[in-house]
Amino acid sequence: MATTDPKILESSQISVADAISGGLKRRLLHVQEYTLLSARSIACLFSPPYYMSDVLEQMDIIGVGSLPIVLLTGFFIGAVMVLQTAAQFERFGQTALTADVVSLALVRELGPSITGLLVAGRNSSGIASELGSMLVTEQVDAMRAMGTDPIRKLVTPRVIATTLMLPLLTALADLLGLIGGYLVSAFTLRLNAVTFWTRALDILEFSDLMQGLSKPIIFGIILSTVGCYQGLNVKGGTQGVGRATTQAVVTSSVFILISNFFLTKLMLFLAGHVF
Amino acid sequence: MSSDTPNEPVISFQNVSIGFDMGDVLSGLSFSVAHQETKVLIGESGTGKTLTLKLAAGLLRPDSGTVRMLGRDLATLSERELLAFRRQIGFVFQEGALFDSLTVADNVAYSLREEHVSEDEIAPRVLESLRFVEMEHTLEKLPGELSGGMRRRVSIARALVSRPQVVLYDSPTAGLDPVTSQTIITLILRLRDTQGVTSVLATHRLQDAFGLANYRFDGETGRVVPISNNGNARKTGAATNFVVLRGGKVYFEGSPQLIEQSRDDYLRRFLL
Repeated sequence: MATTDPKILESSQISVADAISGGLKRRLLHVQEYTLLSARSIACLFSPPYYMSDVLEQMDIIGVGSLPIVLLTGFFIGAVMVLQTAAQFERFGQTALTADVVSLALVRELGPSITGLLVAGRNSSGIASELGSMLVTEQVDAMRAMGTDPIRKLVTPRVIATTLMLPLLTALADLLGLIGGYLVSAFTLRLNAVTFWTRALDILEFSDLMQGLSKPIIFGIILSTVGCYQGLNVKGGTQGVGRATTQAVVTSSVFILISNFFLTKLMLFLAGHVF
Repeated sequence: MSSDTPNEPVISFQNVSIGFDMGDVLSGLSFSVAHQETKVLIGESGTGKTLTLKLAAGLLRPDSGTVRMLGRDLATLSERELLAFRRQIGFVFQEGALFDSLTVADNVAYSLREEHVSEDEIAPRVLESLRFVEMEHTLEKLPGELSGGMRRRVSIARALVSRPQVVLYDSPTAGLDPVTSQTIITLILRLRDTQGVTSVLATHRLQDAFGLANYRFDGETGRVVPISNNGNARKTGAATNFVVLRGGKVYFEGSPQLIEQSRDDYLRRFLL
């Protein structure tokens, strides 16, 4: 039944408008707070005190800890790429081109984005749950009460560690992907090692390496700052920690994929004009 | 005391208000704490006791009003200045808030390491603090291996290791059995009467408040003894006064005797 009372109609219109503007304001506030947190964490790089032991500890957790899953995934991505592309190239009798494709796709695109997504799933959630738990058990307040800046102590080391480790992990994932691709092409296409590796390396230009190793730096900043932001903004106790963990993975993965598009556009532009 | 003037209170709240999404929690709160005084904040859950302590430590900033601590208006200090300023204050959190990835020794040593005290000096000071709370045997344990009462005692050790002028206790006996609660109150009495620290204790347990008001720690015998009416309290400097919070304001402020004699229904609820 349609509402005919003008007062009821007016109040429902206002409440919808209020709800939309309230939602928008909250989103904007999140963007503002996230930007401030990220800026402050980077500003902490330029003034003491520095927490080097925390940086090394996080490098171990994020870098060494993620190594098995990144290497395994890289290997099988390279292997499956050969399986998928070999059939197409066999039609033209150009099976050696699989090395070119695997190499380019891995170094330019799949290596950085798959590694970024894997580390986001493993570490962005880990960071959010760790900092969220510290927040709800008042450890963050205790830190502040004892004169420690939580951004300097908790956020900056995680940002530094992730930003340094992600390019290294990506490089290793690329290498394992190429090894996987080579092994599959050797067994299924009977491609010899010299042909595969020569083609795989020759096809790569400096701009490809720049693209493949600069993207993880941005992805590292994104996934660590999103994880820290979600963790330090937990509301609602332990249930909130669970929500923040999920939100950290979803948000950082989406940000990585969106930024990947724009970074690729930028890199292709730079490749044509600078490199 | 590093106040600007000798008679200035160590802590003063003047017309302090703070609110969140659900509305004002504190509105126009005013009280002060004198040098070496123990102020007990009493109130039901949600009346803003923890919030008051966090405002006193500068962990939160009020929406309006003035919070002064050790002669400084906290609103005039930047976040960086506040971090340094807070090292003069000890804060005992409700559940202890020990860093769960650090050992007991590292938890207690934390603030000393932040102040770049030499490791040679840190070890004896950590041991001294842990001996004070009778927890020196737990040096290498992780907080997860300790009971609730032990965690509170370590938390007190962590708060006093940097020799603060003011200690803020947030419901230090909440959730503890009566015997452990008595141990914690004894430690607070000992800290107050042997080191003369000014303190604010938030609690909803009036027995803790009267324990602080009616007993003192005798440094010579090492025992807790009742404060007689012949001036023992003044001799030890152990003035204990109560502030009852209700509706975000001070509902009652005064001595333990006044609250005992009161016929006010709300205050009588705490005495039952």
